[in-house]
Amino acid sequence: MQIKSKQSRFIRLVIIAMLTPILISACENSSSTSHTSKVNYSKSYSPSEGGTMISAMTGEPSSLISMVAGESASSAITANLFNSLLKYNQNLDLAGELAESWQVSDDQKTITFKLKPNLKWADGKPLTSADVLFTWQLVTDAKTNSPYASDYQLVKQAQAPDPLTFKVTYEQAYAPALDSWSGLQILPKHLLEGQDIHTTAFARKPMGSNYYQLDSWAHGENIKLSRNSSSVLGKAYIEKLVTRIIPDNSAQFLELMADNIDSMSLDPIKYSRIIPARPELQQKLNLYKELGNSYTYMGFNLKHKPFDDVRVRKAINYAIDKQEIIDGVYLGLGINIASPYKPGTRWSNPGLNPYPYDPVKAKALLKEAGFTDTNGDGILERDGKPFSFEIVTNQNKEREKSAVLIQRRLKEVGIDVKIRAIEWASFISRFIKTGDFDVVVLGWSLSLDPDQYGIWHSSQQAPGQFNFIGYSNPKVDKLLEQGRTELNPDKRMIIYHEFAKQLLEDSPIVYLSAGYGLTAINKRVQGIMNPIPPAGVGYDSQKWYIPEPIRRNEISAH
Amino acid sequence: MQTILLKKALSNPLSKAGFIIIFVVFLLAMLAPWVSPYDPDYINVKAILLAPSAQHWMGTDGLGRDVLSRMLHGGRISLLVGLVAVGISTAIGIVLGAISGYYRGWIDTLIMRLVDIMLSIPSFFLILAVIAFLTPSIINIMIVIGFTSWMGVTRLVRAEFLSLSEREFVQASRALGAKDARLIFTHLLPNSLTPIIVSSVLGVASAVLMESGLSFLGLGVQAPQASWGNILTDGKEYIQFAWWLSLYPGMAILITVLGYNLLGEGLRDALDPRSGSSK
Amino acid sequence: MLKYLIKRVLWMIPMLIGISLISFFIMHLAPGDITNNEAAFNPKASEESRQKLRELYNLDKPVIVQYGLWLKRMVKLDFGNSFASHQKPVFLGSTDKDGNYTKGLIEEALPITLMINLLGLAITLTLAIPLGVIAARKYLSWQDRSITLFNFVGFSIPGFWLSLLLMYWLGVANNWLPISGLHSLNYETMDTWSKFKDSLSHLIMPVLIPSVTGLAGITLFVKNGMLDVLQQDFITTARAKGLNEHAVVYTHALRNALLPLITIVGLSIPGLIGGSVIAETIFAIPGMGKLFYDAVLMRDFPVIMGILTIGSALTLVGNLIADVAYAWADPRVRRGVMKG
Repeated sequence: MQIKSKQSRFIRLVIIAMLTPILISACENSSSTSHTSKVNYSKSYSPSEGGTMISAMTGEPSSLISMVAGESASSAITANLFNSLLKYNQNLDLAGELAESWQVSDDQKTITFKLKPNLKWADGKPLTSADVLFTWQLVTDAKTNSPYASDYQLVKQAQAPDPLTFKVTYEQAYAPALDSWSGLQILPKHLLEGQDIHTTAFARKPMGSNYYQLDSWAHGENIKLSRNSSSVLGKAYIEKLVTRIIPDNSAQFLELMADNIDSMSLDPIKYSRIIPARPELQQKLNLYKELGNSYTYMGFNLKHKPFDDVRVRKAINYAIDKQEIIDGVYLGLGINIASPYKPGTRWSNPGLNPYPYDPVKAKALLKEAGFTDTNGDGILERDGKPFSFEIVTNQNKEREKSAVLIQRRLKEVGIDVKIRAIEWASFISRFIKTGDFDVVVLGWSLSLDPDQYGIWHSSQQAPGQFNFIGYSNPKVDKLLEQGRTELNPDKRMIIYHEFAKQLLEDSPIVYLSAGYGLTAINKRVQGIMNPIPPAGVGYDSQKWYIPEPIRRNEISAH
Repeated sequence: MQTILLKKALSNPLSKAGFIIIFVVFLLAMLAPWVSPYDPDYINVKAILLAPSAQHWMGTDGLGRDVLSRMLHGGRISLLVGLVAVGISTAIGIVLGAISGYYRGWIDTLIMRLVDIMLSIPSFFLILAVIAFLTPSIINIMIVIGFTSWMGVTRLVRAEFLSLSEREFVQASRALGAKDARLIFTHLLPNSLTPIIVSSVLGVASAVLMESGLSFLGLGVQAPQASWGNILTDGKEYIQFAWWLSLYPGMAILITVLGYNLLGEGLRDALDPRSGSSK
Repeated sequence: MLKYLIKRVLWMIPMLIGISLISFFIMHLAPGDITNNEAAFNPKASEESRQKLRELYNLDKPVIVQYGLWLKRMVKLDFGNSFASHQKPVFLGSTDKDGNYTKGLIEEALPITLMINLLGLAITLTLAIPLGVIAARKYLSWQDRSITLFNFVGFSIPGFWLSLLLMYWLGVANNWLPISGLHSLNYETMDTWSKFKDSLSHLIMPVLIPSVTGLAGITLFVKNGMLDVLQQDFITTARAKGLNEHAVVYTHALRNALLPLITIVGLSIPGLIGGSVIAETIFAIPGMGKLFYDAVLMRDFPVIMGILTIGSALTLVGNLIADVAYAWADPRVRRGVMKG
């Protein structure tokens, strides 16, 4: 999750699954130099080419064509291999990547991209608008069945009138359109034309246009990339990027300690308790903390009683001590939020305040909703039935802990809560898809575009769709529809501020925390932007370098 | 017969140690609500990951809960999982083994083939798949372990029945016209009970270990319910730092499983006619 | 003998069907299917496209039809393609029209697991046989009891805990062994001798730790076998003939006591093929256990079915070989079999 700038482009609104491939990015080599405390890491060196950076992942990509693979492990690798038309720059504004410029027509329905001249694939063949058109055809092809197709299916017509021009026309103005073109990795037509995307050997032996190209992929062991000498965007400093597949997090941390990998995402305990307490780790690791584009929430099933009653939802919101969750679960490394956007960005409404912890108010609201403790057992009843429900969450330590804290606070206002933590696939199929749950604790990981139609619009409630809590508010529906067609950023901002306000008022979910992404990177990797730009610590990683004097001995025994 | 056996087994110092371990572990688990210094679920976010001290003998966990209290309560769950799982497998084993050994013929062939089939599928795979598919809960875990480990008992009971059937007292009862049920319940079963007990004792040991393995894979007893397996799994990330989170549950599992094995092995030895002569 | 063999081989057919039925039944306990993985939980993946996936994999057909289709392909050793791993073949690989050979998932994982577990078994036997013999000869002495205690302690430690402790001690605190993985990253560029050393150092922990766990059972088996044999008439006769104790124990007794080990090795085959999910996960080894665990989490049904069926079938074959070897090695059984 920490290579935010690269990943979140492609993965919109993917619930952060603890289970399957969450990327742990890290870098470099084996252990002969593991006792490198003699090396002076504090010294800065000037950039030099070469070296190997080793990272680790818990799960292996299923394929290196991310439009069909879909998991974050895949896009973490492909982000180094392929380019998109657009990208987000360090301040999270859209900028050209393959495109030199782009133009939106006056009716806002047509976008014309001009490609940079003389673009080349790693094999030397020219990269033209024909490749872009081919990629668009591929992602929208029903046979491809890409999970990302729907954005691109809104394009009524796509054309490549000349090798440097790519033109798309939408049925109606679509505000997230530009964002979507920053997420589509352009694939080489000359290698993929006529191939079955689901079985092609290209998925295991891809060839792209970005800073790196694939060297080798040892199944279940590692994926090695090396610099693409014909990259038209320039040259990265680090010669090789190796990603090892290490399924167990504790084993990964041991490898980090032994200097066998260069970076790893951390949990709050490792970040603020373990590493600071260990001088030998502090000496060789830089710690990075950045606010990600995701948050953890507790969502009510609005179709189940008594959660259809806004007073009950508000009461529960007041009864939960969010600061306690931030302090206890995230060790302070989180922020209390009041709208579903990253705090500090323009989409986040600064005028909104989170529900404070106020058990007295909670009790009053519950009483108003008809809940009283008639039999004196400490649990409230309504119509003779005790107020009792189950929180379901997937197996994620932070979420489980949050649920435990919620359980205690709700008991204090007279609500009996049970907790069930469950493995991801069962969680989705048994509870989310069937709608057979009372309350969930989950997280949303969001794209940079503010459009959240899929999550909150009342039309998105079918099984397998994302408004699984059953939220429905005509006012919000209208705002979401407006937000999708309004291209003026200032007007959009007002729409989404109003949307967030309405959402907070309805309290269909309780915002628990927007947690920080925490990363440790070995100090031998230099050139990392400091302070971390809004685009994240992984931004512009081609400018990272490993100075020769502090490189690992690359021909080591093991 | 069983008490004589126990006495005989306890003359062996290792089995005696095993017996004492099991006795103490059980006592602590039974008394958990009374001897626990704290409520095992009492959270204190201001006392996260404290090292062992006079207030918290085994330190505190990631939510500031008292590890000692969680160990005591978790022990109840771990032991319960072991006992019930083995109860289930033993029950299935006795029924199938008895049918097989008593009636013989085609039903015997059928049951024995089923045993062979079950033994040829890697059993941990079966357990893993079924628990993942049915969602991990204490009840599912107990049932699944039970349903995948009855084959040994079946074979054992069948063999006992086969050999007992040849014995004079059984033949005599049969000649006198005793009914099947009477024969099975008054003669055959009581006389095969001892080896069944031995194999059950050893079975509990495996089930306790199995639960910790499942916890490691995220398919064991689920939080916030404590079990030794999931306390250990929680602690594995911080094994060199918050060492108390893994050391105590690890040792508890080790000692308990060891206790069951020593006791079970002692009982098996005592059952063996050899041990009488060597005394 | 031949008649016995034919009978045993024929028996394997109904057993294989039984195994596949059990596997199929288990798979259909699952409420989720492939369309529930992480990628599917994306607003851009329409329910309609997921329905198409289901049709592609026949998941929309009745269970009995699915089983029939599966069985039909299985006869041809075709276990289908993985749902999750870019449609890689489950069992054996295939060559595409450009001549690129893609290895099957089991084809890749099985040799790794087999190698690790056979090494482990060899080490277990090497340690267990002398320990068992000593325990039997010094029955009820302190040596016997220390061996029992040592073995049971090994058996009772939760494997992943011991592994992590040793990984820390041997890999981090002291830089003696690699922590995880099968090869170093620069393995390809090494000479043969370095490659050998490299593989060996990566294998030490994953091979040794499970062997220690398995020691208890086999040592006890050898010990009990020896105790039985030492009481038998022919040993008494041998002793009476004045043969020295060493010869009695190591030539006459041991040979007879070890025969039943063949059966035990046969019974351990499911473990050899299945590997250890936990050890493979901890040590980052892409073997059968890891493959199966991932398949379970991804609801990758063809892989689950393939592993259960192929694993069990190999076990049946292994058991058959063990039984035949046993019959062949033991004259008493051989005669019995010939008659029957």
